[in-house]
Amino acid sequence: MTDDNKKTEHKKEIDDVSGVETTGHEWDGLKELNNPLPRWWLWVFYACIIWSVWYWVVYPTWPTLSGNTKGTSGYTQFKELKKNQAEIVLRQKAYLDRFEKASFEEILNDKELYAFAMAGGKSFFKDNCATCHGTGAQGAKGYPNLNDDDWLWGGKLEDIKQTITYGIRADHDETRVSQMPAFGKDEMLSIEEVNDVVDYVISLSSADKSTIHEKGAVIFAEQCAMCHGDDARGDSFFGAPNLSDAIWLYGGDKETVIESVHSGRGGLMPSWQGRLDENTIRELSVYIHQLGGGE
Amino acid sequence: MSLMEKHKVIERNSILLLGLTIVVVLIGGIVEIVPLFRSETVIESVEGMRPYTPLELAGQNIYIRENCVVCHSQQIRPLRDEVVRYGHYSLAAESMYDHPFLWGSKRIGPDLARVGGKYSDDWHVSHLIEPRNLVPETIMPSYGFLIKNAAKLHDLDKHLKTLRIVGVPYSDDMIENAVKDASVQAIGSDRANIDGLLERYGENVNARDFDGQPDMVSEMDALIAYLQVLGTFIDFDAIKDVEGSE
Repeated sequence: MTDDNKKTEHKKEIDDVSGVETTGHEWDGLKELNNPLPRWWLWVFYACIIWSVWYWVVYPTWPTLSGNTKGTSGYTQFKELKKNQAEIVLRQKAYLDRFEKASFEEILNDKELYAFAMAGGKSFFKDNCATCHGTGAQGAKGYPNLNDDDWLWGGKLEDIKQTITYGIRADHDETRVSQMPAFGKDEMLSIEEVNDVVDYVISLSSADKSTIHEKGAVIFAEQCAMCHGDDARGDSFFGAPNLSDAIWLYGGDKETVIESVHSGRGGLMPSWQGRLDENTIRELSVYIHQLGGGE
Repeated sequence: MSLMEKHKVIERNSILLLGLTIVVVLIGGIVEIVPLFRSETVIESVEGMRPYTPLELAGQNIYIRENCVVCHSQQIRPLRDEVVRYGHYSLAAESMYDHPFLWGSKRIGPDLARVGGKYSDDWHVSHLIEPRNLVPETIMPSYGFLIKNAAKLHDLDKHLKTLRIVGVPYSDDMIENAVKDASVQAIGSDRANIDGLLERYGENVNARDFDGQPDMVSEMDALIAYLQVLGTFIDFDAIKDVEGSE
């Protein structure tokens, strides 16, 4: 019996039709062909096995009880990141060394440094600032347009740098702070008085000078001039907007201006210190300064 | 004696086949499961990590409910361009209290791992109500209804309790005060006593009226409270050389 079995196992059966060896298994008269794997496939397969052994040795692979095998190369993604960063820093070094030491004035007068600052500023603006100030720095309701020469907190390079670094009403000890009072809500002015002063403020920037808002002018001088100035031209020390031009942060229609006077305003710009480094903030300052109205 | 011949022994002995199958499955199981019990070996020990406050947790639940994870990832990979754009790469420690993880794998919108503090509360409110008012080219849907819905706070203690079972270090005190802490955080320090909240979760907790509706704790409050702490726990200036598991 056993002998018989052995005989059949060892005898090669060739299929008549295809001429290929069969496995010797038979099911209801059907036999399975034993086609060999393509040679090229087999070699790739063996090569992969050898490669994987090499990989286990060289790269971090196997988990162990106290961590994982480190591999002979000591590769980590963090090291690779550092290498990549160092590479870029090295490439920028020619500019960065000078940029770091240069004053804003020197940067503006040095063609190369200026181009460097503008290129960096432009890309950091898109990543960080455009979300509120718009991709073209055109601003949105409550977020100032940075293309014009109307600056709430000053448009000199140093002013811009300070605003970016510490923010406005932000979570930072040195942040810029001021508060437009809620004249209506906190009952500092009556409804009629709010109405009068709003009419007056809107008339300041309107072309139509036919009506004179005397009552509003008096209230303005008493309540608003302290920050916005007697001539309503604003004061960048308080971040008080210029009300004599037609540029409006929240909107210049009567309803919106009433809302501003009634409930007060106080937009928030985050502090970017810590999130962006000093050089980046300086690049951004130059970029924003030249967008339109740098002072 | 061919290999096939030896295998025949196993194939023809069902008990032996069963035994060997169990051995193979066990090996596979051990290799997959044991590392999970040793996850602390790959979590960096960094200062500053804390569990979410109840209000932030309510916000995270809304984040999960609205499936924000489909379009927003929460993982900054250690690649140069990502670090330039989003900040320090994410550490394992930063998501050790996330259940489930919200790393995501798609960035139809930007990564949110470090969005905390990047924009103002007002910005988040108007952006969630109508994203196109601020970013005209965005395809993000509007989530204006969040500001009308009251946040579900009454069962937050149970959330905390459940999370404690899977290893988030909530104390009895935190669980007991969960519901109160949530509303106190959204009312803010101007109008409520937040000492207890700060004592339990640390001085850096943002306690303020996030959505500009002082009389209501809305889902908007909760979601913004959550977004505003993302990636803010660790002070990376203080720890210069965190390097993954090293």
